[in-house]
Amino acid sequence: MHLPFRATTSTITSTKILRWKRKETYLSWAFVLPALTLLSIFLIIPFLLAIYFSLTNQRLTPYPLPTFFVGLRNYTRMLTDDTLRQALFNNSLFGIVVVPVETGLALFLALLLNQKLRGMAVFRTIYFSPVVTPLAVISVVWAFLYNPGQGLVNAFLKTISFGHLGPYPWLDDAHLALPAIMLLSIWQGVGLYMIIYLAGLQNIPQSLYEAARVDGAGRWHQLRYITLPQLRNTTFFVMIATTVQAFKLYTQVEVMTQGGPGNSTVTVVWYMVNQSIHQLHVGYASAIAVVFFLIVLIRIIPILRYVVAAEKREV
Amino acid sequence: MELTTEKVRTSTRTREKVVSLPGWPFSRKHVGLALNYLLMSVLAIFFLFPIVFMFVSSLKADEDQLLQDVTSLRAFIPYGNISLQNYSDVFQRFPFSLYLFNSLFIVTSIVVLGLFVNSLIAYALARMSFPGRKLVLILIVALVVIPFESVAVPLLLLVNQLPWFDGATTWINSYQVQIFPFIADAFSIFLFYQFFIDIPKEIEEAAIVDGASRLRIYWQMIVPLSRSVFITVAIWQFLVHIGDFLWPLIVTRGDTYRPLMVGMRFFFGQAPLNWGDIMAFASMITLLMLVIYLLFQRWFLRSVASAGITG
Repeated sequence: MHLPFRATTSTITSTKILRWKRKETYLSWAFVLPALTLLSIFLIIPFLLAIYFSLTNQRLTPYPLPTFFVGLRNYTRMLTDDTLRQALFNNSLFGIVVVPVETGLALFLALLLNQKLRGMAVFRTIYFSPVVTPLAVISVVWAFLYNPGQGLVNAFLKTISFGHLGPYPWLDDAHLALPAIMLLSIWQGVGLYMIIYLAGLQNIPQSLYEAARVDGAGRWHQLRYITLPQLRNTTFFVMIATTVQAFKLYTQVEVMTQGGPGNSTVTVVWYMVNQSIHQLHVGYASAIAVVFFLIVLIRIIPILRYVVAAEKREV
Repeated sequence: MELTTEKVRTSTRTREKVVSLPGWPFSRKHVGLALNYLLMSVLAIFFLFPIVFMFVSSLKADEDQLLQDVTSLRAFIPYGNISLQNYSDVFQRFPFSLYLFNSLFIVTSIVVLGLFVNSLIAYALARMSFPGRKLVLILIVALVVIPFESVAVPLLLLVNQLPWFDGATTWINSYQVQIFPFIADAFSIFLFYQFFIDIPKEIEEAAIVDGASRLRIYWQMIVPLSRSVFITVAIWQFLVHIGDFLWPLIVTRGDTYRPLMVGMRFFFGQAPLNWGDIMAFASMITLLMLVIYLLFQRWFLRSVASAGITG
């Protein structure tokens, strides 16, 4: 920011300006330091520690083994770790299913709510309400719904199939536990992306639709050739956000299955926490943390968009 | 999608003549509308049924009845022995009010201190010139990318060694360990920065010439002008941190400093498993969140639309 004073002839004013400038610098740093100190202690230092620990055999309790440098041993160990491979597979499978389903459903809900009909605000309130119910709480409720013998999900399947389907053991079955967590996660998360799509829809200029209607385009053509292309950016960012969420999967697993049965729901973050807290292998857990960081680095794309947009306005 | 109602009316009216049968009172438009609402209602049931199920189950004091009811639609009907017995059981078996206090105290501290600290640095970055400004800005942007999960383990070792004013030599099992790591937030700083950049510079130039201090300008001019971004950040931080689970789970021992979500986890894991009590526990947390959401709905939706994209 430039100085608010015009350059004047008097030397008294110029020393005043200098003094003001120096004071301004001190003051800026006084504003910057509280946040910067907190970020250093609780984010920058731990992040550097994660990289450092990942090169050592650091344990949660340093005894009985002394801590020493092990080079890349933690990283090479990952290559042969079947549980970690299973965790990466589970996160990927979760992402492959949840990302398109959640994105598609969010778009569909937003399109429904964007109609100019009565009662849309009520439906919007309802569709969004799972987002405000905390995951740790709602995971327990869904665990009850999935209850093997007497759960509501089994009862529902039995009814609609006239007694042919089920009962399934859901969370106790290695093939069904992860899909069960997927359904809960979509139910809980989709409302958030629906709102983002609604905001995107409202940003599309009405003139585009008017022009299309003049040309005789029907509703389907308007959706296909105007709405979807105009939402391309939104879709892209929603897919990145849901992918990151897929790799952060933790709470549902910790509450509902503890990674079981037989590692079928173990995830990268859950395994990392388990390695440090229960196995006390902080060095190895830190190496997993570094890899996890590299995976979710795709977050940088939406964040850069924010930065570029802000910088443009500054100029 | 974007047809104006007028257009819909005229276009369907012309079609109506062809389609509607003599004596058939419903036009094609009505049928389409009915199907539309039917679909939306089915979806509403999908999103609401676990919540309704939870509330209804929490009212059923008879555990045997509750378990039998889940196999049919009776799961959604409050009948039989309806009472708040499960709720009073929760308070008897667990220090629910302590958990509630802990959660609200922790999340309020994070939000209030965070608003202050994050908006101040953003103000300096957006509206003051000082050597090192660009460097700090780049650093903040870079920090947005680091997810908390990837620093949780080393941070655990770090806070284990930190001293506190009362002479304690560790932060494990305390309030501060659940508050301080989350006060400064790079993404919140960025949201503030983005907003402050857009405020016209003339506004404070006049004030500076008049000799107003920076802190006064920040407090009396910038804060009132930026109410919407303050609310956006506050709600987003509230929504994220009220649900915090991983961190409080690994840094709390025993009930004293435990927040609701971790309390829920231990309540769920404790024998004997009583679903009525668990549903009452879950209902109280959900009810609290739903009330807050309904009161500030407009702000919730706005906040999520601008902050939710970072995942």
